[in-house]
Amino acid sequence: MNTPLSSNEIMQLQETARTIRARILTVASQSGCCHIGSSLSPVDLLVALYFRVMRIDPTQPQNPQRDRCILSKGHGALGLYATLETRGFFPASHLDVYGKDNTVLAVHPVHGSAPGIEATSGALGHGLPMGLGLALAARHDSAPWRTFVVLSDGECDEGSTWEAAMLAGHLRANNLIALVDYNKSQGFGMTKDVIDLEPFTTKWESMGWEVREVNGHDFTEIVTALESPRLTDKPLVLIAHTVKGKGVSYMENTVDWHYKNLKPEDLAAAVAELG
Amino acid sequence: MRPTFVRTLTQLAAEDPNVFLLTGDLGYSVFEDFMKQFPRQYLNVGVAEQNLMGVAAGLALAGKKVFAYSIATFATMRCYEQIRNDIAYQDLPVFIIGSGSTFSYSTFGCTHFPLEDLGIMRILPNMAVLSPGDPHEVAALTRAMYTRGKPAYMRIAKRGEPVVHAADVPVTLGRALPVRDGKDATILVTGRQLPNAIAAADSLAAEGIHCRVVSMHTWKPLDTDAVISAARETGGIVTVEEHLTHGGFGSAVLEALADAGVSPAAFTRIAITDEFPKGVGMQDHFLERYRLTATGIADAVKSLR
Repeated sequence: MNTPLSSNEIMQLQETARTIRARILTVASQSGCCHIGSSLSPVDLLVALYFRVMRIDPTQPQNPQRDRCILSKGHGALGLYATLETRGFFPASHLDVYGKDNTVLAVHPVHGSAPGIEATSGALGHGLPMGLGLALAARHDSAPWRTFVVLSDGECDEGSTWEAAMLAGHLRANNLIALVDYNKSQGFGMTKDVIDLEPFTTKWESMGWEVREVNGHDFTEIVTALESPRLTDKPLVLIAHTVKGKGVSYMENTVDWHYKNLKPEDLAAAVAELG
Repeated sequence: MRPTFVRTLTQLAAEDPNVFLLTGDLGYSVFEDFMKQFPRQYLNVGVAEQNLMGVAAGLALAGKKVFAYSIATFATMRCYEQIRNDIAYQDLPVFIIGSGSTFSYSTFGCTHFPLEDLGIMRILPNMAVLSPGDPHEVAALTRAMYTRGKPAYMRIAKRGEPVVHAADVPVTLGRALPVRDGKDATILVTGRQLPNAIAAADSLAAEGIHCRVVSMHTWKPLDTDAVISAARETGGIVTVEEHLTHGGFGSAVLEALADAGVSPAAFTRIAITDEFPKGVGMQDHFLERYRLTATGIADAVKSLR
């Protein structure tokens, strides 16, 4: 770990991300489920975590010493599921029947519903408090495992997110790492129009966090930000600039694809756009 | 009740290093010794109840057993979604302690009066709901929640409530606790009204009316057998609670009876009617208004006949 990313490894991560995005589109079109844009934007963050940064073993999903990741933006669950499937946490049979009666995976993650799902989310603003609790448990046990929490920008409207941010900064919970999928778009508008989060880095810094700003689709930047030595003993947040709907041109940067369904007849063209 | 809770919690923390106490910035003159004794098992999260429950859930996800404390209103309502999703839905060992019975904070007003806390906790799946009637019950139920290892809510009063039970009386979560027997009526009492119910029964006995009195410290899981027996074996039921009628303990009793197809010979409940209690006064001022007194309970029993 922590060796610099080779160009070969970057290509592998990019290919993994492309596979996962294709899987998201396929499952979304088969199931008629929405939140496609929200599932596509954090894929590179999830790939960096699950295929490079996190200390995990899909064959031991309950290993007490594993790193934990909570997808706090639960509506992006399809991105998490496709990542966990590709990483080997569960077989393709789960997602093959996604959205059907008597199946396992809900549109928002449910703790314990399948291996690798560390917490229930779906209501926004719950992930960072739970992530802080996990981090404090590891600290109490003097255990080396870390907790990662993937947040949406929209859920930074929630007061509970900032309650946890303030306490984590105060407690210097440096084993807690937040990644904000800053795709600039939320449920009913652009974040700058709904509630402008800027100056966003300043907000986190003022609450006692070490902030690293990255292109959320650039593996070198993401991995470097997560793995390079920490400058402080503070919790770390990555402000990851992302594109909602990343990978499919007509889904990018539009609120529509928070809700729209991908018709089966449009699937092949959408997947082809991934390159 | 509150000092007994802290004493029991302190014992548990000494026995199990995975026991945590989290508070939402409350506990002045209550938790100081615990803080000194177990600094690594204690955290004041600040005035932030949503975070209180979320952090408690996160700790529990990693195997900790967490007591989360605040005033009963704040511990249940500000953070209801966290309790529902993070604790109840995930079925985690988080034990919520709501301080204060309905009028414990007397002159503070309705912001501090838990009128509906037990009812809104009772409707949550996985959640045990406890309203002990004396310090002995508090000690036993604190330990029982921990042993059960699943979500629980317990409301504790805080104004020096008397000990009712002998030290060797067993208290079991989910099991009603009879304290007087009689055939003329049953008083099903929950929470700190227990001494009043006993006093009412004793005064009625002197008049030749013999009541069964049952301490219903567990709202959920409800001891339906005790409720049905009261309906079948005695001349009527009076429920007594410091809580709103709607969704209250009396409602739970009526649901159990209706589900079982059993009708008591007579039924009435003493509770707080559908309103935010108006005005200002001490605890007894409000309790007398709603007949939550020994005399009020005795009168209610007589009204059954």
